[in-house]
Amino acid sequence: MAAAGAAAAAPRGAQLTALAGGRSAGPRHHILSVLVENKAGVLARVAGLFSRRGFNIYSLAVAPTDEDEHLSRITIVVDVESAPLEQVIMQLDKLVNVVSIGELSPAEAVERELVLVTVAVGPTERQQVIQLVGVFGGEVVSVGADRLTVMLAGRPEKIDDFEGLLEQYTVVELQRTGRVALPKLERH
Amino acid sequence: MKLALTGAQALIKSLEMQGVDVMFGLPGGAILPVYDPIIDSSIRHVLVRHEQGAGHMAEGYAMVTGRPGVAMVTSGPGATNIVTPLANAYMDSTPLIVISGQVATAAIGSDAFQECDITGVTMGITKHNWLIKDVDEIPRVVAAAFHVATSGRPGPVLIDLPKDISNATMDWYWPSSVDELDLPGYHPVTEGDPVLVGQAAELIAAAHRPVLYVGGGVLKARAAEALRALAERTGIPVVTTLMARGAFPDSHPQALGMPGMHGHYTAVTALQRSDLLINLGARFDDRVTGKISTFAPEAKVIHVDIDPAELGKVRKPDVGIAGDCRLVIQELLAAMDAREGAPVADLEHWWRQIREWQEQFPLHYEESEAAIKPQNVVERLRDAAPPGTVVVAGVGQHQMWASQYWNFEEPYTWVNSGGAGTMGFAVPAAIGAKVGRPDRTVWAIDGDGCFQMTAQELVTASSEQIPVKIAILNNAYLGMVRQWQEMFYEERYSEVYLSPDLPDYVKWAEAMGCVGIRAETPEDVGPAIEKANSVDDRPVVVDFRTDAFEKVFPMVPAGASNDDIVVHPEQSGRKVVQ
Repeated sequence: MAAAGAAAAAPRGAQLTALAGGRSAGPRHHILSVLVENKAGVLARVAGLFSRRGFNIYSLAVAPTDEDEHLSRITIVVDVESAPLEQVIMQLDKLVNVVSIGELSPAEAVERELVLVTVAVGPTERQQVIQLVGVFGGEVVSVGADRLTVMLAGRPEKIDDFEGLLEQYTVVELQRTGRVALPKLERH
Repeated sequence: MKLALTGAQALIKSLEMQGVDVMFGLPGGAILPVYDPIIDSSIRHVLVRHEQGAGHMAEGYAMVTGRPGVAMVTSGPGATNIVTPLANAYMDSTPLIVISGQVATAAIGSDAFQECDITGVTMGITKHNWLIKDVDEIPRVVAAAFHVATSGRPGPVLIDLPKDISNATMDWYWPSSVDELDLPGYHPVTEGDPVLVGQAAELIAAAHRPVLYVGGGVLKARAAEALRALAERTGIPVVTTLMARGAFPDSHPQALGMPGMHGHYTAVTALQRSDLLINLGARFDDRVTGKISTFAPEAKVIHVDIDPAELGKVRKPDVGIAGDCRLVIQELLAAMDAREGAPVADLEHWWRQIREWQEQFPLHYEESEAAIKPQNVVERLRDAAPPGTVVVAGVGQHQMWASQYWNFEEPYTWVNSGGAGTMGFAVPAAIGAKVGRPDRTVWAIDGDGCFQMTAQELVTASSEQIPVKIAILNNAYLGMVRQWQEMFYEERYSEVYLSPDLPDYVKWAEAMGCVGIRAETPEDVGPAIEKANSVDDRPVVVDFRTDAFEKVFPMVPAGASNDDIVVHPEQSGRKVVQ
């Protein structure tokens, strides 16, 4: 697995669901936080398992962890309509390179995602888009003669909202990272 | 003092450290360095004629000995030729270690001569695989490969070894414990949760129509003795799946035989009418359950499996216990001792019902004076075979007849391809079985279609003096496909006719250094078997020209409910008492 993060597009079935309920994963999705050995081919093993067993991945993000250089964390949003979550977890657990699996229900997790969008802008739209980015707390990351590339990080629903508002402009390219998540901390 | 070895020497030494006494393989460019130290090794190498043969031989060896089978091949086509055995071993949970040569690390990814991404190809059909990129890794990876292949749910593994790594040198070491194997994510379960075992004991005590549904996991766990103790303690009837034949003696009064698509009527129906399935190391395979939504509709389920992912994969258990079958059965017996009251209810009514089914619907075929009946060949081979004979089958009608009509009395005497259904398995698997148990008679019961797929390995058997016996039930057809076309495709026979005498099996056998015998009429059968049994210095092939119209009964049509089991036409008018 490369050190750089990777993202996989949602499968067709998940996209259809997403159209009905926004781009963000709905209640039929669960987040698996999978710690894997940082070894060649691990991502292929995980992705291969999903396709072989007919489980659908909604989104997937992977990067090395800070805690241990030998480990990477894969955050997988699973479409649990395709298979019972328990079965997905137990099959994943059989992969020798999978060290541990945490299951995060959306209510118990903090989730974040990042989006990069290039928008075609005329003189009037330029200011509107910059304003919108400002309202959402995003950033303009690249400026061209007739285009802007903007970035927003935040909760997946916020990204959905932002994406929806951008639809009135000409979106040239849009790339979301897929979400990463960690458990919410308990307060006593 | 440090011992400097080449990677090739380190690999062979690692295999020796693992206690490997035999390996099956065929050399080629990328694996050449590793074939050199074999000359000086204590390990016997059996040179096969096709790499698929090496894989199935290693499987046959593993299935009768309980030790992992080892096969070695070169890169590219050598490696792809052993993909089928890996898939086969994965489906049947057989411990198999395959070592494949690979092009030099600098050439990987360049489409070099005989390059193939075999770790990529076999990712989904191995328990794990490794591409070694550092010569120092060799002893650790070999030790890890054996550990993974043989512990937990056993299975095949593959080690891909680039040629430059084989030629590099390293300082020899040997991992002293499992902790040194660098397997942070691998923790197979063994003992069952005592709370769940207690719940299982309660369910068993409350059941009126329990069945012990025994699968291959019982054999993998060396649990046949424990199973017998549990069966006799409780008096519960026992069915043994295709992968578990021999785990419980067929002659035992509690044995109901094999369940499934071509199972004994009583075994199929007892599962179907049961109120408690005690599944020990089986996996609710579709060939056993028939249409899953109608399978054993009134049964609660206790499911014991060493692979937690099997619990609830097909049928949700009421009590699912992840653990080794032998340990869990022992825990269950202890729990029965500890609880008050009888371990089971009175099963007399259940047994009366079962005996009635057995009386009404025994296995049946019509005898003939004109044609050789394949079932009769199996019975006569069985009756003339010494106790402990190992029986090996390919896939198809002959396999079902062998499983039905042989009497399996002890574990590890039945070798066949179950989950994958690999035609051509029998000849090489029989050779591997004979290598593993040279003290035993090994009879392969094969079909003519299967035989033609891998027969060339009899050249290996002859040259290595491995005296296996092959009975070809030659009906000149791909018989099982023919049976389906007859029953479900209105007798429209499409591409299933082979020919009884092309090839000439006797001449072919003789050309491969075997004794060839032909039996054309029922009178020939006895003398042919007698002659075959008298040969013990070379392989022998008997061409039994059997009745092509014979079908395997009973039969649950694919996708149908087990309630709709089709019995032999002779029995179809009989009343089913329920």
